[in-house]
Amino acid sequence: MCAVSAVEVVGLRRDIGAVRAVDDVSWSADSGAVTAVLGPNGAGKTTTMECLEGLQRPTAGTARVLGTDPWRASAEHRARVGVMLQDGGLPVTTTGERLLHHVARLHAAPADVAGLISRLDLTRVAGRSIRRLSGGERQRVALAAALVGRPEVAFLDEPTAGLDPHARLEVWDLVRETAAAAAVVVTTHSFEEAERIADQVVIMNGGRVVAQGSLDEVRDGRPLEERYFALTAGGRR
Amino acid sequence: MTSLPGAASSSTPAAALPPAPAPTRRRWLAQARFETATILRHGEQLLVALVLPTLALLGLALSDVPDLGPGRRVDVATAGVLALAVVSTAFTGQAIATGFDRRHGVLRFLGVSPLGREGLLVGKLGAVGFVVALQLVVLGTIAAFLGWRPAGAGVVPALVTVVLGAAAFLALALLLAGTVRAEGVLALANLAWVLLLGLGVLLPTDRLPDALTTLARLLPSGALGDGLRLSLVSGGWPLTQWLVLLVWAGAASAATARWFRWSD
Repeated sequence: MCAVSAVEVVGLRRDIGAVRAVDDVSWSADSGAVTAVLGPNGAGKTTTMECLEGLQRPTAGTARVLGTDPWRASAEHRARVGVMLQDGGLPVTTTGERLLHHVARLHAAPADVAGLISRLDLTRVAGRSIRRLSGGERQRVALAAALVGRPEVAFLDEPTAGLDPHARLEVWDLVRETAAAAAVVVTTHSFEEAERIADQVVIMNGGRVVAQGSLDEVRDGRPLEERYFALTAGGRR
Repeated sequence: MTSLPGAASSSTPAAALPPAPAPTRRRWLAQARFETATILRHGEQLLVALVLPTLALLGLALSDVPDLGPGRRVDVATAGVLALAVVSTAFTGQAIATGFDRRHGVLRFLGVSPLGREGLLVGKLGAVGFVVALQLVVLGTIAAFLGWRPAGAGVVPALVTVVLGAAAFLALALLLAGTVRAEGVLALANLAWVLLLGLGVLLPTDRLPDALTTLARLLPSGALGDGLRLSLVSGGWPLTQWLVLLVWAGAASAATARWFRWSD
């Protein structure tokens, strides 16, 4: 019997105007695991993520999340998927606490907002306008908003960008905990992050997948950083 | 290491329940409430929605200029100020708020949440409806103290005019917010607000120079302003103005569905 992956990308292509942002990309992510997607800027990581989130429509190939085409997803499907966008997606005129309570109201059985705020060390700033939060504080609010529905699949686009080392550790713990009952897909530029939290690694370059597998398979006996630079050398667009 | 916090208030632990969306009506009401609260807490939105229309009402009702034409001055002025309130909330406020929400990725985030894109739209309709109703009550009360006496027979057609006007201006706001960058939306929405004041909102179209009268009557501003004046001052049913507003609402909705972009 073959288990179905929670996230599956097969032959995905996405053209944006004349630019082929993603070209014949295939990979999958399983429940109970963290999958880290690495690659230089312009590698196609965010485009792939947005196809999986239902924000972009693939030009060719398929993207499936929990067996569903995300482009045609229902509210029932969207409730099972948590999304943290690269640009945050936070309304700046409200407070983090109000936003999180609002997102929680969209779910039938959300996580405890106060607990999430405390867990992400946002208690002191949760009542402040999001406009007045630092970049790292906004990142943590966006992460909380992605996880407040207790998703079965979480797409986290650079969740620790701009965070200080303490906050990064806390986020890594939370991501690992979330992965106990979910498939978590994380894009990152941090080798340390991938090595600390990922079970599976996908390396993209120039819109294509250049390596994928378990962390050990991709490292192939060498430091991840060394493998990354060897695989992506000269491929930046 | 602690676990992801489950719902504290539920009798069934949240962790035991599979993730599911709240019922549709609850999601829509939550979004309408969230949008309404955002408008009412936002100083600039309140300025445009309530403070400036109140100042316009006081200025027009208590002075002799500009010439507002036949009818009791306070009655004509109030009808125009109610039109201004609709334009301020449904067009200016929504265009700017939606433009910046689009810039900050809020539309994309909520669009892939259980709310979805249709929930975002319903939330905006609900928020605009609530705020416009609040404006009608507040401005109507102030106008009543100034001596406003609306024609009883015109109340129902006036409400229809308000609904059609709000629909036309909200569709135009979404078209602008979804096709122009946020800074451009800010500039154009404010410029349009100023221009529309003189193109039939506060000033009756028959008070305009001949060259502008026909143009203003074909604009949603003129149709809304004249429609409210005809209903509230004379008790009439402004069928022509309703047709103009319906055409604008339909055309702007179709254009928005075709060209609205969710990312800046």
